[in-house]
Amino acid sequence: MGGMIAHTLETNALLTAFAFVGLVMAFSALASRYLTFGRIHGSAIAIMIGLALAYVGGLMTHGKNGLADIPMLAGVGLMGGAMLRDFAIVATAFEVDVDKARQAGVVGAVALGFGTILPFIVGVAVAYGFGYRDAVSLTTIGAGAITYIVGPVTGAALGADSAVMALSIATGVFKAVLVMIGTPFVAKLIGLNNPRTAMVFGGLMGTVSGVSGGLAATDRRLVPYGALTATFHTGLGCLVAPSLLYLAVRAMMGS
Amino acid sequence: MTIFGVALLALCTLVGAFLGDLLGVALHVKANVGGVGIAMILLIAGRLQLQRRGLLAPGLKLGIEFWGALYIPIVVAMAATQNVVSAVGAGPLVAIAAVLTVVVCFVAVAVISRVSGPAETMDEIEARERGAPLSVALGQVD
Repeated sequence: MGGMIAHTLETNALLTAFAFVGLVMAFSALASRYLTFGRIHGSAIAIMIGLALAYVGGLMTHGKNGLADIPMLAGVGLMGGAMLRDFAIVATAFEVDVDKARQAGVVGAVALGFGTILPFIVGVAVAYGFGYRDAVSLTTIGAGAITYIVGPVTGAALGADSAVMALSIATGVFKAVLVMIGTPFVAKLIGLNNPRTAMVFGGLMGTVSGVSGGLAATDRRLVPYGALTATFHTGLGCLVAPSLLYLAVRAMMGS
Repeated sequence: MTIFGVALLALCTLVGAFLGDLLGVALHVKANVGGVGIAMILLIAGRLQLQRRGLLAPGLKLGIEFWGALYIPIVVAMAATQNVVSAVGAGPLVAIAAVLTVVVCFVAVAVISRVSGPAETMDEIEARERGAPLSVALGQVD
């Protein structure tokens, strides 16, 4: 009986993965609502659970692919692999409204530019401090500091090591969680009480989940303004991190 | 039809990946240079063209939006298949990088919003709108 169930799950690997990730998402949504009272977005919790499960999977199998090394959950590797990931991330661009982009104006564009460059520099500098010297790893970790999407997209494009990718994702998720929790506390200090600052905030902090969570906890009315610029953040990062920024790092590191 | 949306999305992703690889070869980089970003630009351009011609059917939109809605679960799956065991060996890199990034960005928000001069706060906007006719107030919401 148990063997038959395992057989069914293994032969339908991708469907097993859908069901499994669905369970993780459901659990995260509940944890977000009842344990953090909506403070931390369910998606951030789900990604943290994902990383934790990858850790458990790695300990269990001594493999390099987290949960995917468990035969029954091999489909998670297909679901989270480069092909479907790029497919789904590109699809998010469909929601970008070009007319709305014009509303954000020059201030929004400036904020987006800084929001991409500053985290990248910080990420690269910290990675350098921890002994990373190759341009691919430095760029991947720097890109993770932009958002947890830009990190793995960049890492996959550059062929980064899976451990570096994990660091990159974790940095982005941690950043998003900090933005969600920290924003209400610094809102007064940084003048976050008007639409324009909210748009600057969205462009600088990136991560739609972090920005919308942080703004919702500060002042619900500011959410659409922050989300407006934040939606461009990931796209811009995916464009410049594996290209311009990587070339810049490579030129500096000479490798 | 829904498949048109899925096909358009696939086409954009494939062309983006190809151009990214091509750019990598041209720049003598062993990598896909900005393929996902290029694909996103293609999709936004495609959407604009369809909209202009009135071809943006609900079915077509569904085919793309479905995949967009799945991106967080897919990222969760991706996170669950990374080599976290060896990443943990890197120590507090993640915490330091994330905290520093957030602090630097908070400061930048304060600086940029101060440099660009005073702005009307949300409370002031609402107070003004309460005084204005309803139609104007509704226009502002958009």
